[in-house]
Amino acid sequence: MLQSVTILLLFQLVGEVLSQAFNLPIPGPVVGMGLFFAALTQPWMRSDELRQTAQNLLQHLSLLFVPAGVGVMLHARRVSEELLPIVAALVLSTVLAIAVTALTTRRLVKMLSARRDARAR
Amino acid sequence: MRDSFREIWVYLAATPLLGLTMTLGAYLLGDWIYRRTNKHPLFNPVLLAIIVLVAVLGATHTPYPTYFDGAQFVHFLLGPATVALAVPLYFNFSKLRRLWLPLLGGLIAGSLTAAISAIGIAWLLGASPQTLISLAPKSVTAPVAMGIVEKLGGLPSLTAILVVSTGILGAVLGPWTLDVLRVRDEAIRGFSIGVASHGIGTARAFQESEEAGAFSGLAMGLNIVATALMLPVLVHLLGLR
Repeated sequence: MLQSVTILLLFQLVGEVLSQAFNLPIPGPVVGMGLFFAALTQPWMRSDELRQTAQNLLQHLSLLFVPAGVGVMLHARRVSEELLPIVAALVLSTVLAIAVTALTTRRLVKMLSARRDARAR
Repeated sequence: MRDSFREIWVYLAATPLLGLTMTLGAYLLGDWIYRRTNKHPLFNPVLLAIIVLVAVLGATHTPYPTYFDGAQFVHFLLGPATVALAVPLYFNFSKLRRLWLPLLGGLIAGSLTAAISAIGIAWLLGASPQTLISLAPKSVTAPVAMGIVEKLGGLPSLTAILVVSTGILGAVLGPWTLDVLRVRDEAIRGFSIGVASHGIGTARAFQESEEAGAFSGLAMGLNIVATALMLPVLVHLLGLR
């Protein structure tokens, strides 16, 4: 476990350094995730221990957002003054974004497989 | 007795121990209620934990920075957890390779929909320009959204809570929306939730299956790139800046 955590932190660190050094619009941990994904294509990088540690960490992913969420108390006034536009925008746009993503992806999958079938015939 | 209790509280409030313990305790309580209600989406553990913590901090007059001194240890783990998302993604690589073009199309459509519809609806209902800009990147994970908003002249700390709220909404309403639309493919379900509601949605998607979680994590990562590239242009086109 210690080894896996160190590997994760190392990739985050490298990602952080690259993100800062090249002034990327993408934050360090996400750069680290990309690099780690590339590294996992090497068989010697993969271990059951690593998979287990990742699973443990991701199982409680939602806990990690609690401290940022409690920050709502800093903006109680603005949020209560603009409650209707904020709530309506968040609820509707979230549902719309999920629906549009799912329907677009599904349509494209069908179009591509239809084209593949036509070519096979 | 009362005075000494207050003294103990003042002492504890000044150490990270209290904020950290309260965060874990509130989350465990939220998770317990969530499971007791048969995982009813409205009893989202993150939402419950935030309500409990805000109530306790408000009642004890504890300022947010004092709380965050302890809670930052939990907050810090977001970084390594983001890196760890590569692991489930790797184990779904073959499906990813087959689906990359439809996923890319879905990403662009979904990412644009999230930003444009949020700005449009809030504008119609009379939100201030600063709120509009702070709303725009709400579907991207918090640290990125805050960075983008800072550059565009919004309020980063307001964005942080809009991002968390969006995540909770995606976790609550996402599976229901997808059921209504009869989307059954685990990869597409996870991906859609991830585009709209980043890490909190991803946490919810992992509860459906490892495959849904992996594609949700992928969507979260890709939407960062898409939003970082598209949003400055969009805000400029809409005349917000």
